[in-house]
This record gives sequence, structure tokens and C-alpha cells, in this order.
Amino acid sequence: MIQMEYYLIVSTIMMFVGIYGFLTRRNLLAMLIAVELILNSVDINFVVFNRFLFPGQLEGFFFSLFAIGISAAETAVAIAIIINIYRNMRNIQVRNLDKMKW
Amino acid sequence: MEITLDLIVFVVLALFIVVSSVMAVTTKRILRAATYLLFVLIGTAGIYFQLNYSFLGAVQLLVYAGGITVLYVFSILLTSSEGDQAEKLKKGKFIAGLAATLAALGICLFVMLKHKFLNQVFEHGELPVREIGHALMSTEKYGYVLPFEVISVLLLACIIGGILIARKR
Repeated sequence: MIQMEYYLIVSTIMMFVGIYGFLTRRNLLAMLIAVELILNSVDINFVVFNRFLFPGQLEGFFFSLFAIGISAAETAVAIAIIINIYRNMRNIQVRNLDKMKW
Repeated sequence: MEITLDLIVFVVLALFIVVSSVMAVTTKRILRAATYLLFVLIGTAGIYFQLNYSFLGAVQLLVYAGGITVLYVFSILLTSSEGDQAEKLKKGKFIAGLAATLAALGICLFVMLKHKFLNQVFEHGELPVREIGHALMSTEKYGYVLPFEVISVLLLACIIGGILIARKR
């Protein structure tokens, strides 16, 4: 049996790689990819806690299942917004997105 | 600790996931980043399979690796011009981001490895799909019919919102 901590180490590393990408990338789609990494690492955590600490129950399992569905919805809306931004500005770099500031 | 097949599979999956996720946020070309994201998602599905949650692994492969990645690739092809490179970030900001991330990673790993968890048990054996379906459709305690319905409404709203936002006027 593999210790639970090993899975948690992998998901922690994935989460902080995602945060690093979110802080350093300047393209909207690249930032969205980083957010996807963060969501995915949290899903792994829920499943691992469910499997190792509370076997016989299904809370973590269903939380991950619904999180996958919600992140799909979130990605679809975000990409629609990004395509709309591209249509208006011909560019999806964060630096150029100051039209809505005032 | 003896080396078992389980452990070898886990180590291969973990290395695959970590390397792919680092590449996904450091590579210059965004299409490559999307491809590395696909690798990360497939590796995660592998972890779900290893934990005997085949249903969740299949959902991960279908929804994430199958659906979301295709969406990413299409939108990248629509919005990025030829030879689009990542914009150069200022050195100071880059180093600040890296330092903050590494510090937070260190703190989190330290806290997690110090923490005493409950007793760990691992029951081998597949979670039957019948049980998942009954829990998903039940209105009793530990039933999930309400979130199930709510997420269906959410997906409908998201379809309509996506069409409204992205259509040509």
C-alpha cells in the first residue's frame, strides 16, 4: 500500500506549479491553463482523502465528480469571453486589457 | 519499504504529472502548454484508476482530456497568431513570483507532512457503479439528487451564456 502522503505531495506540487503559472504568465489562455492545474490538484486531494481516510463513504468522490463538471462549465464561459475580447482587441495579452478600468 | 508493482506505477505517474505540469507553465508556445495540460489530465486519470475509482477516471478522461482540451486547442488556434511567443516578464516580477511560490510550497509541504492524519486504510476492490448511481439519484441522507439537478441547470445556463457572449453581432 502506498502512503497517502505521496499522493498529497504530488497534488501540492501541481497546485503550486499552477499558482506560479498564474503569477508569471501574461496570456489569458495560459493563465486559464494554470487555473485548470489548480482545480485538478484539488480534485486529487478530495479523492485521496475519501479513499484513505473515509472508505465506505462517497463524499469526496462526488465532490470531485461535480467539481469536474463545474470546471468544464467555467472553462467554456471563460473561453467565450476570451474569444470576444480577441474579436474586440485583436489581442489577448493581459497588458492590453485596461478598457474596463476607469 | 519493498518495491511493488503498485509503487512503480505510482512513481511513474507522479514523475509524469510533475514534469508535464512544470512544462505546461514554463513552455514558451501556448499550444505546447495545452498539450502538456492534456498529459497532466491523463496522468490524473491514471491516479484515479490506481485508487480503484474507475468511474471517476473515465469521467476525467471524457470531460477533461476529451472535451476541455479540444476547447483549449480550438480557442488557441482562433486567438493566437503565427509564432506567438510568451511575453517577456520583468526579471524582478519573475523572481518575486518564483520565490513566493517556492516559499508557499515549502510551508504547505511542511505542514502536511507534520500533520497526523486519521488511520489510513486502503480497501482493494472496485466501487460498484450501481452504488454510485443510487447515491446520485437518492433523496435520502448522503443522496446527491439536489446537486445533480443544480449542475444540470448550471450547464444549461453556461451553454446559453457561452452562445450569447461569443456570437457575432
